[in-house]
Amino acid sequence: MNTSENQDIDDSILQLELELLLEALVRQYGYDFRNYNKAHVKRRLLYRMQQLGLKSLSELQHHILHQSSTLAMILKDLSINVTEMYRDPSFYLSLRKEVIPLLRTYPYLRIWHAGCATGEEVYSFAILLKEEGLYDRSQIYATDFNTEVLDTAKKGIYPVSKIKEYTFNYQAAGGKNSFSDYYTARYDAARFDPELRKNIVFASHNLVTDSVFAETHLIICRNVLIYFDRSLQNKVLNLFNDSLIMGGFLGLGSKENIMFSTVQDQFLILNPNEKLFRKKIMK
Amino acid sequence: MKAYDAIVIGSSAGGMYALKNLIQGLKPGFRIPLIIVQHLSPHSDNYLAHFLDQLGILRVKEADERESIKPGHAYIAPPNFHLLIENDHTFSLTVEEKVNYARPSIDVLFETAAGVFRDRLIGIILTGANHDGANGIKSIRSFGGFTIAQNPATAESDIMPKAAIATGKIDKIWDINEISGFLNSLSNT
Ligand SMILES: C[S@@+](CC[C@H](N)C(=O)[O-])C[C@H]1O[C@@H](n2cnc3c(N)ncnc32)[C@H](O)[C@@H]1O
Repeated sequence: MNTSENQDIDDSILQLELELLLEALVRQYGYDFRNYNKAHVKRRLLYRMQQLGLKSLSELQHHILHQSSTLAMILKDLSINVTEMYRDPSFYLSLRKEVIPLLRTYPYLRIWHAGCATGEEVYSFAILLKEEGLYDRSQIYATDFNTEVLDTAKKGIYPVSKIKEYTFNYQAAGGKNSFSDYYTARYDAARFDPELRKNIVFASHNLVTDSVFAETHLIICRNVLIYFDRSLQNKVLNLFNDSLIMGGFLGLGSKENIMFSTVQDQFLILNPNEKLFRKKIMK
Repeated sequence: MKAYDAIVIGSSAGGMYALKNLIQGLKPGFRIPLIIVQHLSPHSDNYLAHFLDQLGILRVKEADERESIKPGHAYIAPPNFHLLIENDHTFSLTVEEKVNYARPSIDVLFETAAGVFRDRLIGIILTGANHDGANGIKSIRSFGGFTIAQNPATAESDIMPKAAIATGKIDKIWDINEISGFLNSLSNT
């Protein structure tokens, strides 16, 4: 057998091991990564396999099934919790200018941050709502399927080393005050004002397997759909459509879209660059 | 002559002009898709794609998530996202941690492309002042792909091509015009 045939066999075995491992995760633990982008999932799992000094994904699967510490690690590897405050300041600027004036017309607001990771995005928007005088009439749901990151989000404490960048972003996002009004710095930790948390509920929610949040006025779900294949993106966009009131708003990440999905006709494009959409009002 | 399905290119400091010269050296109607990671500031816009598109030789655009890779096109990784290749020859983007202090990272593109295009892939490392891409070159070669480094003597910054060469897995060390000439010899326009 020549090397290229050998490689074909290795490849198909790897593919099989990958599918079996994902099957094990969903059957044993209910975490369904089968419709996540394969290149991403494979890369992260192979990386973990090497870090643990294992020789195959089958070995890694054995560890996942028999050691709960490995499961936690894998969830972290696959979920990618990288985030920041006011990521893409222009998105927040456009929320402020194009969405806030319309949200003002409602007596109360239900807002859902889906895939909020460690919460930086949630506090960013809470500050914006405060400055626009809408915070007190808002109920904010901040969800993620990774409970470890939600624990960090609940604390609202972030490294002081990031504050310089966040201050810059806050200003670029149209911030009205001094950013330092919103946190107290102690040693290397910046603790955000607990008042900001008053109307926020942090909760575990899996977009693949859990159900709708009814009667939502605004859903912000950024940099989560990029990890999903088209069919799963479509499913989650339907979930969002079902959760929004008529005339409700949807904000996605800069590289995400609804324009391929079965709900595209239900929405108007509010800002194509910032990926802001509004659910149509249908009689 | 052997057929290739894709060409992946990594460049960093000084890359804009190296890419311009490389693309300008290609025959109009060049078919094999180019997929490019150029290190950029996270806040930059898609100026580079416009700039290279205006040369009028290839259709140059930023890679979109789930987009299919097509002949006659060059794709640039968007700033602040890693670019990955899927088995069905589409792109994925991720915001995971930087690799080699870079996002997009050349290694991430090269390693995922290597597993998909295997021995029908060419990997090219151009000018740059870091070590990104060296591991990617090793992956490409392990799948039987062909690897090229820009001649460090004529690169604006020689660190990145030197790091690639130091892996011992570079097939050819060439000036930009030689790289373009070789690519032209492969593509049936
Ligand atoms: C890259 S972060 C995005 C954080 C933030 N929205 C932002 O844009 O900066 C992606 C988040 O999506 C979460 N996530 C991934 N799959 C999920 C799912 N099926 N259900 C809920 N959250 C999920 C991950 O745990 C992670 O925290």
